[in-house]
Amino acid sequence: MTDNKSLNNPYLPDLATVQEVIDETANIRTLRVTLDDKEKMAAFNFRPGQVGQISVFGTGESTFVINSPPTRRDYLQFSVMRVGEITQRIHQLNAGDRIGLRAPLGNGFQYEDMKGRDILFIGGGIGMAPLRTLLLHMIDNRADYGDITAIYGARSPKDLCYTYEFEEWKTGGVNLVLTVDSEFPGWKERVGFVPTILSQEAPSPLNRIAIVCGPPIMIKFVLFGLKELGFEDRQIITTLEKRMKCGIGICGRCNVGSKYVCVDGPVFNYEQIKGMCQEL
Amino acid sequence: MAGKIFIALDRLRSTLDKLCSKIDLLAPASSQGNKTGPTAFMPYRSGVVPVLDRQTTLPLKKILLPQAETLLRYEYCKDPQDPLKAALSLDDRSEVRPTLVFGARPCDLKALSTFDRVFTSGPYKDPYYIERRKNTLFATLVCREADGACFCSSVGSGPADMEGSDFRITGIEGGFVVENLTEKAPDLFDSLGEAPTQDQQSEAGRIIEDVSQYRIGTLDLRGNEEAFRKRFEDNEYWQKMAAQCLSCGICTFVCPTCYCFTITDESDNLRGERLRSWDSCMFYHYTLEASGHNPRPTKLNRYRNRVGHKFSYIPEKYDGLLGCSGCGRCIRNCPVSIDIRQAAGQLKENVCDRQ
Repeated sequence: MTDNKSLNNPYLPDLATVQEVIDETANIRTLRVTLDDKEKMAAFNFRPGQVGQISVFGTGESTFVINSPPTRRDYLQFSVMRVGEITQRIHQLNAGDRIGLRAPLGNGFQYEDMKGRDILFIGGGIGMAPLRTLLLHMIDNRADYGDITAIYGARSPKDLCYTYEFEEWKTGGVNLVLTVDSEFPGWKERVGFVPTILSQEAPSPLNRIAIVCGPPIMIKFVLFGLKELGFEDRQIITTLEKRMKCGIGICGRCNVGSKYVCVDGPVFNYEQIKGMCQEL
Repeated sequence: MAGKIFIALDRLRSTLDKLCSKIDLLAPASSQGNKTGPTAFMPYRSGVVPVLDRQTTLPLKKILLPQAETLLRYEYCKDPQDPLKAALSLDDRSEVRPTLVFGARPCDLKALSTFDRVFTSGPYKDPYYIERRKNTLFATLVCREADGACFCSSVGSGPADMEGSDFRITGIEGGFVVENLTEKAPDLFDSLGEAPTQDQQSEAGRIIEDVSQYRIGTLDLRGNEEAFRKRFEDNEYWQKMAAQCLSCGICTFVCPTCYCFTITDESDNLRGERLRSWDSCMFYHYTLEASGHNPRPTKLNRYRNRVGHKFSYIPEKYDGLLGCSGCGRCIRNCPVSIDIRQAAGQLKENVCDRQ
């Protein structure tokens, strides 16, 4: 490709190509993309939990977590829920289509600090995407961690993502607890909202880290539930999403208090954000 | 750094005429072409009437952060053999011309010290801003009058504060003394006038000393980070402060330190531009997410964020530096007379009342 690029322009995306598209649910689609610059793709390094800005030129740019783990680098994977203008356009992409990508951005999970500990993932809906990254990273380094339990909920069985790899998660050593909001014909797993299932499961906070992602309302109630179970603020990790523009800590849009979700986050522990819960 | 000249009042325009043949020149002027009416920094050419007797209505931020600017151009090129395939190319080149801003005010430059930190000192640097900043010189006028909305001395600045300025302009009897302050273009003014006389120099010195002592009230708005954090969830306080707000956004539009922007694509068939444009945190849509969720849905949340950004978040990030230059434009232009000195100045008062 011809590129009249200046060096070091953090606003300038790399060109990338969609390799594969997977329909997860009626409104969530997964893209697997590679950078067109082969050397850059081979050298691409990131932490689980870091995000990328996907550009569909003519419509705009939006932020999504890289939900494939750094241990699997054939492609970078993004799961996108169709809700607005840009996600609508992303859903029209097919294999072979060209996009722009600015990645990796943000801080990612401090998985080094989680080594040797028990892990509790709590995900709701599309909130499972960032957790999947870390979950697979942990499966690929299974000996580094203790018990891994994942509570994953969605409205209905049809709204669960990554169903085709649940078996891989389980055989990889994850205690997977699935739940949907209400009874559905043929559904044999749990029924109830994620915070309810959390209190039923009641995992011990002892030597455990809880990693939470989901819609803001779920996060609020899960935080409350974890506190009741005795989790300390620093044992609770969440990854936030805000409307973003620059993604590099300048444009002033995605702040929660003095923290920018794009550069200081998206991963925070509860201690860092608890005075600012009104703005989640 | 010897450069020092005197420009007589009746030779101001002919001097600026000469100056604008050497460098792109911006000076405060009224859009109506006379001395009345709202003013802004406009390209100076022969015939423009510079308005130096008051602060400009609009701040100079658009010189470094244009109200809309192109970040990059993109172009899809369809493959004639396979119309479903399209090549994509990007181009982010831009051109910046050396510019002199004549007649800025100390509060304008104080605001730029905030811009400088935001755009150049974070984990990512903004190349567009850096290029413009590098190519822009500022000749700043020592302020000799304040109105009821001015409060530069409450934010750690003052009417003779020359931080960030390349030249100092001091108005004296019959004209202006212009002195070079930096190494960037030390002889720019040298050929444009006579050196000031000893008397003119001492008069300028006296004026600078006089206004440097000047304080507008006793309010000090620095060091409010902790007080803001304690106030954050005091919704009654913020409700009261934001009660009159119309969410019109004029405070952010005229604010020299408000820099928040949006990024959008403008397409013309297969090609287009990615633009960045000023935005305002006072608007509901600023934080509205596609899902319908809005983390700052009411004017209480938005006003609190504006005050917090200026008096707590920016100072927390940048060693106590405020996101406010005390220029007073938000106060002068607010249609419902909201005065930011009230919300920011009372943060420390009676925090414990409600416990």
